[in-house]
Amino acid sequence: MTDHHTLAAEAVSLGYGDRTVVDSLDLAVAPGAITAIVGANGSGKSTLLKALARLIPTRSGRVLLDGADIHRMPPKQVARTLGLLPQGPVAPEGIAVADLVGRGRHPHQRLLATWTSHDYEAVASALEATGIADLADRAVDELSGGQRQRAWIAMALAQETDILLLDEPTTFLDVAHQIEVLDLLTDLNRSRGTTIVMVLHDLNLASRYSDQLVAMRDGRIHAVGAPVEVVTAELVREVFGLESRVIPDPLSDTPIVLPRGRHHVQA
Amino acid sequence: MNATPAVAALDAVVAGRMRRRRRRALITGSLALAALLVFAVTLMVGNTFYPLDEVVRVILGQPVPGASFTVGELRLPRASLGLLAGFAFGIAGSTFQTLLRNPLASPDIIGISTGASAAAVVGIVVLGLGETAVSFLALAAALATAAAIYLLALRRGFAGARLILIGIGVAAMLQSVVNYVLSKAAAWDLQTAMQWLTGSLNGATWERVAPLAIATAVLVPLLLIEGRSLGALRLGDDTAAALGVRVRWTRVALILGAVALLAFATAATGPIAFAAFMAGPIAARLVGAGGSPLLAAGLVGALLVLVADLIGQFALGTRYPVGVITGVIGAPYLVLLLIRSNRSGGTP
Repeated sequence: MTDHHTLAAEAVSLGYGDRTVVDSLDLAVAPGAITAIVGANGSGKSTLLKALARLIPTRSGRVLLDGADIHRMPPKQVARTLGLLPQGPVAPEGIAVADLVGRGRHPHQRLLATWTSHDYEAVASALEATGIADLADRAVDELSGGQRQRAWIAMALAQETDILLLDEPTTFLDVAHQIEVLDLLTDLNRSRGTTIVMVLHDLNLASRYSDQLVAMRDGRIHAVGAPVEVVTAELVREVFGLESRVIPDPLSDTPIVLPRGRHHVQA
Repeated sequence: MNATPAVAALDAVVAGRMRRRRRRALITGSLALAALLVFAVTLMVGNTFYPLDEVVRVILGQPVPGASFTVGELRLPRASLGLLAGFAFGIAGSTFQTLLRNPLASPDIIGISTGASAAAVVGIVVLGLGETAVSFLALAAALATAAAIYLLALRRGFAGARLILIGIGVAAMLQSVVNYVLSKAAAWDLQTAMQWLTGSLNGATWERVAPLAIATAVLVPLLLIEGRSLGALRLGDDTAAALGVRVRWTRVALILGAVALLAFATAATGPIAFAAFMAGPIAARLVGAGGSPLLAAGLVGALLVLVADLIGQFALGTRYPVGVITGVIGAPYLVLLLIRSNRSGGTP
């Protein structure tokens, strides 16, 4: 993979009603890399992700996909380049895993046309990549939380987009399944060269699993860069309002944030 | 950019999808056959029984003593009206329910049918209009009701649950309009009044069938084509948008088409109680979530109306309008759904 699609926000302001959530923000998503967006609740990180996926209109500024205004492009054309997994999606009752994953083919299909052999291949390879090929005929509502999340990721993979946005893909998962999902996304990034942008709650996991970390505060980007350079005790204080100590992770050498609460801390 | 999948995995995906498609086709085909069968029975039975070959000869336009009038002029319009109205109610109801992801979001629950009835009653009783004029008045009123409910529900983004609650309130208001106008129409016989309270196939004529037939022929293909996006829309508005669906446009187009279809059916038969409401969930259960439920819902609706009309006419000693029978079946189902949605916090 050499020619990556590019995604960028240019002086973007976003809001709901009278409230401005994101204010004149610039961001160039690192092509072919994994970007994690972190920040306190209400810092505008999910709103920014939705704007990058052209789900909400910009107040001012533009979101640029390959240099062109994303809102002026045909929706299906955008959907062939850029995929999104929203937070906590709900599958229709009784739908089979393979049928859910098959929905990812929607932007590639023309009206009244039947499935091509490539549609089938994309679904099968998405099921394999997420390790749920043996669950293809099961109903989504029978799966465990981790399996269900993998089914949704498989749907986004079947869309075969070069850029994949995910809104808190690890929420509601236990720690083992969180790691499983993040490992899976890293596999995709390394094997297919997929550009990944995800909103994450856990700063330590974001530090370990991202190449580019975007820390947001009050609707602005407070810091952006490699986690090793960006994540410091000062940043954690400014972004989350939390006193902490940051040490290198003995397993990955990425930063680990140890919060200083009011209790149990010795020094 | 994609790794080639293992042959076994690919074969399994192809086989699984084919199997589910065959199953859906088989169920839809069976429903169509059953609807045709009940349609034929409706033409055959009555005060006088006519065998199938005489019925077929009447349909082909050959003169048959007795049957030409009874079957050709009385039973055929009635059965056609039941078939078309049931089909229209089923598809319109299922479109709403699938789009709003809630079985309570049926147009006969959220006031759109009642809007059409209210306009039809005013048109007939107060304005003294003819069949076609009443059809178009009902259409305009249904669209206006739908628009009003949609706009009232559209505060800071679109919310299905709010739309349903507003719709139930609007339905109650419009129902009181129907009741008031009917109570003032002293000269009208009970038969006509019943039609606008619960829906009936009594007094079916070709003049009444024709506008509905044309509306069905135009609107059903539109809904089925636009309904292909429903598969993505069922995954939520954000997911659908990410999959390249023009969410707002598709939603408005589907609602307009479904409301128009429903209005023409309501103008022809009155609001056949719960026909739109029941057909969708039954069809969805039969065909599963993998494909579109619309066509199956139309066939279930047609079956429901035709069977209920047979029961209302011949099974109970006294003749009841079809809407009374569907009402008796549908009301407990509504209560059940309300209890279930109350337990699950609004998402049945």
